Amino acid sequence: MPIWLYILASVIKSAVVLVVLLTAVAYTVWLERKVVGHMQNRWGPTRVGPFGLLQPAADGIKFLFKEDLTPPHVYKPLYIAAPLIAVIFALTSIAVIPFGNAITIYGYSIPLQVTDVNTGLLLILGVTSIGVYGVALAGWSSNNKYSLLGGLRASAQMVSYEISLGLSLVGVLIMSGSFSLRDIVNAQGGHFWGFIPRWNIFHGQFIGFFCYLMAAYAETNRIPFDLPEAETELVAGYHTEYSAMKFAMFFMAEYANMITVACLATLLFFGGWNGPLFGPPILQAILPVFWFAAKIFGFLFLYIWVRGTLPRFRYDQLMAFGWKFLLPLSLMNLIATAIAVAW
Amino acid sequence: MSVHLVLFLAFGAVCVAGAINLLAQTHPINSALSLIAVMAALAGEYLLLGAEFVAAVQVIVYAGAIMVLFVFTIMLLNAGVEERTKGSRVAVLFGIPGMLLGSILVGWVVLRHSGTEAVAAGALPGDPKTIGQLLFHEFLLPFEITSVLILIAIMGAVVLATKPPSSLAGGTARKVD
Repeated sequence: MPIWLYILASVIKSAVVLVVLLTAVAYTVWLERKVVGHMQNRWGPTRVGPFGLLQPAADGIKFLFKEDLTPPHVYKPLYIAAPLIAVIFALTSIAVIPFGNAITIYGYSIPLQVTDVNTGLLLILGVTSIGVYGVALAGWSSNNKYSLLGGLRASAQMVSYEISLGLSLVGVLIMSGSFSLRDIVNAQGGHFWGFIPRWNIFHGQFIGFFCYLMAAYAETNRIPFDLPEAETELVAGYHTEYSAMKFAMFFMAEYANMITVACLATLLFFGGWNGPLFGPPILQAILPVFWFAAKIFGFLFLYIWVRGTLPRFRYDQLMAFGWKFLLPLSLMNLIATAIAVAW
Repeated sequence: MSVHLVLFLAFGAVCVAGAINLLAQTHPINSALSLIAVMAALAGEYLLLGAEFVAAVQVIVYAGAIMVLFVFTIMLLNAGVEERTKGSRVAVLFGIPGMLLGSILVGWVVLRHSGTEAVAAGALPGDPKTIGQLLFHEFLLPFEITSVLILIAIMGAVVLATKPPSSLAGGTARKVD
């Protein structure tokens, strides 16, 4: 492939992925409002467009045109940098996530992925661990007790659960023997006894998946682990002092992180884009991407479902759960997987 | 000059600039953030040298976990701006010439005893199997010694942080909070 064509393909892929991701973020917010509304016997957004479908656009316009207040007592450089850090690192990790096999256009094979790094999984973990600074610095630079408490809670929580998150992934790594997300998905092709798919969750990694899901919920600060922004005690936590687009950036970062977590869960435990293929060649090319998107939708729905169902933990319960239950469980899963593979 | 070399020099420049900024800043949180920039730039250098695993671990462990704890502590203590001093005369007289001499010496030794060929990206092992072999087989003893060292450090921190039993029972210590 000539270099200019490679650059063109990369630019097009990046643009498409970014637009799709931002649209998905906007419509996840819509989905959450709609689904939680129905769970609570309300309608959710209905006024803007059919079924309230244009609500994200209305929200976006509102955020852009609202007055952008900067309180006088904040530490300005970090106050402005914090939402940028949060949103940039939340959007970065999508770059290494593969959506499907390579497609062939005019004889050139183009992988459905912005960039294929052979340490893709580690890169995502690194990027998410840097994303903590957005929340922590927002809490500190706002110079507000609620913000500071929210920021402290968020950083303590994320550091604690990152260990379980990492350990729950090691089981999958042992089984696939590669850090590349594409290799991990390809290792999950095929079926057991002809009908059960060879996904890692059916391949002895159920406990690993459970640990990953719990830790991921805590990492993304979602209910039941949303203590950094517990409105009953902290007003709005780390983003109390933010308004207009800066607030929207934190919102976007949170939902983009949810999507990244759902992508990782799909790739590592649910076979990525593997699924039944049938029909004419054009359908066979589209179906893997469809299966991938469908699985991600399932995880996002689960997020919203949990939010509509569970109350919030107390902070000591959160820490006890993370250190005394989840960490030993993920360690045991790691040891059991290692023994099973070595057998 | 290849793109490789340009990137290497650019990351090196970021690294040195971050380190100087770390010393020049008066507020601890700015210093901590410059240290994160140094760590991230170092990860970039590792990546260019072909050590992808080390680069990723550098970001996850140093820039991600350890520096979060630094920032956490600074936030918790709400440490203020440090006072400016004139600096010590000993540092100006001996420290700076000594540092220059030392770096020249190290540079001379390294350049004398190493080849000039560059390491290409992906030249070092990056798959989990090889890294596991290296860590848990070839270099098992240093690995285990390091883990014992860290365990001792943790135990020391726990001992230092625990209040003596007399103050736990009440009395003077309770008046503080």
